[in-house]
Amino acid sequence: MIYLDNSATTKPYKEVLSSFLTVSEDYFGNPSSLHNLGSKASTLLGRAREQIAEILRVEKDEIIFTSGGTESNNLALKGVVRANRHKGNHIITTSIEHPSVYNVFQQLKEEGFEVTILPVDRNGVISLDALEKALNKNTIIVSIMHVNNEVGSIQPIAEAGALIKKNSRASFHVDAIQGFGKVSLNISESNIDLLSLSAHKFHGLKGTGLLYRRKNIPFRTEQRGGDQESSFRSGTENVAGAVSMAKAMRMVRENKEKNEQLECFRKQLTEYFSSFKGVTIVSPPIKGAPHILNVSIPGLKGEVIVHALERDGIYVSTTSACSSKKASTSRTIEAMGFSFQTNVGSVRISMSHSTTQDDVQQFIYTWNSVIPTLMEGIKKS
Amino acid sequence: MNFDRILIRYGEISTKGKNRNKFINQLKRNILDSLTGLSPVRIDAGRDRMHVLIDNTAEVDQILTRIEPIFGIQSFSPVVKTTKDLDMMKSEAVALVSSLVRGETTFKVSARRADKSFPLDTNELNQEMGSHVLRNVEGLLVEMKKPEIELVVEVREEGVYLSAQRIQGAGGMPIGTGNKASLMLSGGLDSPVAGFQMLKRGVEIEAIHFHSPPFTSDQSKEKVMKLASQLASYSGMVKLHIVPFTAIQQAIGQQVPENYTMTSTRRMMLRIADMIREKTDSLAIVTGESLGQVASQTLESMQAINAVTATPILRPLIAMDKTEIIDIAKNIKTHDISILPFEDCCTIFTPAAPKTKPKLEKVLFYESFVDFEAMILDAAANIEVHNITPHTLDLDEKEAFSELL
Repeated sequence: MIYLDNSATTKPYKEVLSSFLTVSEDYFGNPSSLHNLGSKASTLLGRAREQIAEILRVEKDEIIFTSGGTESNNLALKGVVRANRHKGNHIITTSIEHPSVYNVFQQLKEEGFEVTILPVDRNGVISLDALEKALNKNTIIVSIMHVNNEVGSIQPIAEAGALIKKNSRASFHVDAIQGFGKVSLNISESNIDLLSLSAHKFHGLKGTGLLYRRKNIPFRTEQRGGDQESSFRSGTENVAGAVSMAKAMRMVRENKEKNEQLECFRKQLTEYFSSFKGVTIVSPPIKGAPHILNVSIPGLKGEVIVHALERDGIYVSTTSACSSKKASTSRTIEAMGFSFQTNVGSVRISMSHSTTQDDVQQFIYTWNSVIPTLMEGIKKS
Repeated sequence: MNFDRILIRYGEISTKGKNRNKFINQLKRNILDSLTGLSPVRIDAGRDRMHVLIDNTAEVDQILTRIEPIFGIQSFSPVVKTTKDLDMMKSEAVALVSSLVRGETTFKVSARRADKSFPLDTNELNQEMGSHVLRNVEGLLVEMKKPEIELVVEVREEGVYLSAQRIQGAGGMPIGTGNKASLMLSGGLDSPVAGFQMLKRGVEIEAIHFHSPPFTSDQSKEKVMKLASQLASYSGMVKLHIVPFTAIQQAIGQQVPENYTMTSTRRMMLRIADMIREKTDSLAIVTGESLGQVASQTLESMQAINAVTATPILRPLIAMDKTEIIDIAKNIKTHDISILPFEDCCTIFTPAAPKTKPKLEKVLFYESFVDFEAMILDAAANIEVHNITPHTLDLDEKEAFSELL
């Protein structure tokens, strides 16, 4: 099996799973319990929090553990707008966000917020000028994703952060779920106030994620209960999940040098596809994330390519996995100005630190033997 | 930057007369102790300042962090030594200043020429060095009064010393110069702060804690060990005496009327603390009492409690507000440990309405029905002693969890 759908989810590291099992077995106490089992669990949770804070170079009480990316994004956006409504009614995001941000903005629009959606260029990148023009004194939050999950475009987060701080009172939220471990990002230097992460995108487990919330950012949470996570996220803590996430983060950080290798694989694939007649490269040709490459065969359907490769044990994806079961096209690819045909025919190849040179070679070999036959049916127009 | 020495300016020691050498030697020892585990350094101690000479320049940052909490230091500066070649001096100065500049920064040069054979005099040196640095480092603005960066250039026989940072030291007196005292350490906010204040004045500390299982939990004991460990980060080591106190507390509960139990409890604790003090050659007892904070901390209460001993009882927080105490606790990182929700023996037997103005004769009368002396001797015979160093507990825990994380 050659797994090239790592932007949908990654295979958990063995060590991460074993941490999860050990903690679930030996430290199952509720961190709020007063007895020894409880305090051990609480200390362990604290250690996980410290390690994560150190990796992200933030303070430990700025980490809120959540169930994953969707919850982190919802919590961040709603938490800020609920607490800042008196300051203004205007919120900004981009046209290429993940549904867990984009649809929250749609929801907030229905609730009466004024929404600006920033367009992107052919490379899937927003314009800083447009952002600067959109900011005003009523803007309370700007949400921009770091690395796009469908095409791998990278947004100018640090520059955007500086603009937002200079020209508005808005909080700055970054969905960094696809980028963590692959594309570096400095939270404080980029003036980021809130940042979402999800562990299963970096070899951790599903159901674990976090929200970084800069200290003193006004915030109001909907979920009421036992006031865990500094009262921002009630609910008995998932200690095993948090610990396994801390472990995955450490391992990903230790594998950082593998990103150069990914860069090299992406280059090989880009060169291969540019000389392959009938293939359009959708991802930005340069300056994209090293692990994601989106290509299209206009005239074919993405799902046909997915199933064809699958027969030979190669797993890729049509656009984003979350929406790929629906018969819808990619909002991101449309926003980049590609045709409907290109959109429908797009597939995403997404790698991870576990991807090898052999995998890449095998992928190219299989594509060569499977795809040309499929393309024979395309009408020449 | 390749700093090869650290200049240390003494605090109050400089004002000491005949004892000066004793103070300086103690400070030197404390600095050397704090650097255990790093490569060896040499220390040149003078009357007003000392130089820590570093061979392994890769460790400078670690050395600076370790020097910061040491008492007896007013300020310190990392220093670069160069030859007396003007071009060399200039390029080192540019490297040094540019490593510190963040955006617009005010700046001046203060040259000193101890070596009178050096061709440039002080004014010329200021001029030459200042104009060169200004031309080569972006964002500098000249400011003679209170600049953010003061580049100090000292020309001496053996070479030229450059420094541009003055880091605030912990102040106070070197620990060990003030003999030793026994600190009554509960799990609360105040007593660790009281201990810190004494350490700051150069007094070594042994801590005493009263433990009443099962009314107080193992976690509350661990909490106290953590507090002691945090204090040890200032003094290197804190000896912690844990006194079994359940039987005495129960006897008080049975014998003494409820509104006097608190007074009696405190008196018994003080008697035991005084025994430990005597055995460990301490000269005083330190408590975290602050006037009027709780019932036991009125002057009347103090009189009734204090009557059990003639040993000096030092109360460094006596006139401080709770908010001031909390600020210090946060600074010295005992705050987050103190607020952990575990009962200690001060809170668990607290009567609903303790006497704020207890009468000594009454306490004596109530206590006269029980042979407390025997119980005190029994408790004293069963004391647990722990030598607590900074981070020892952390290390144990870290080891257990490191596999998982």
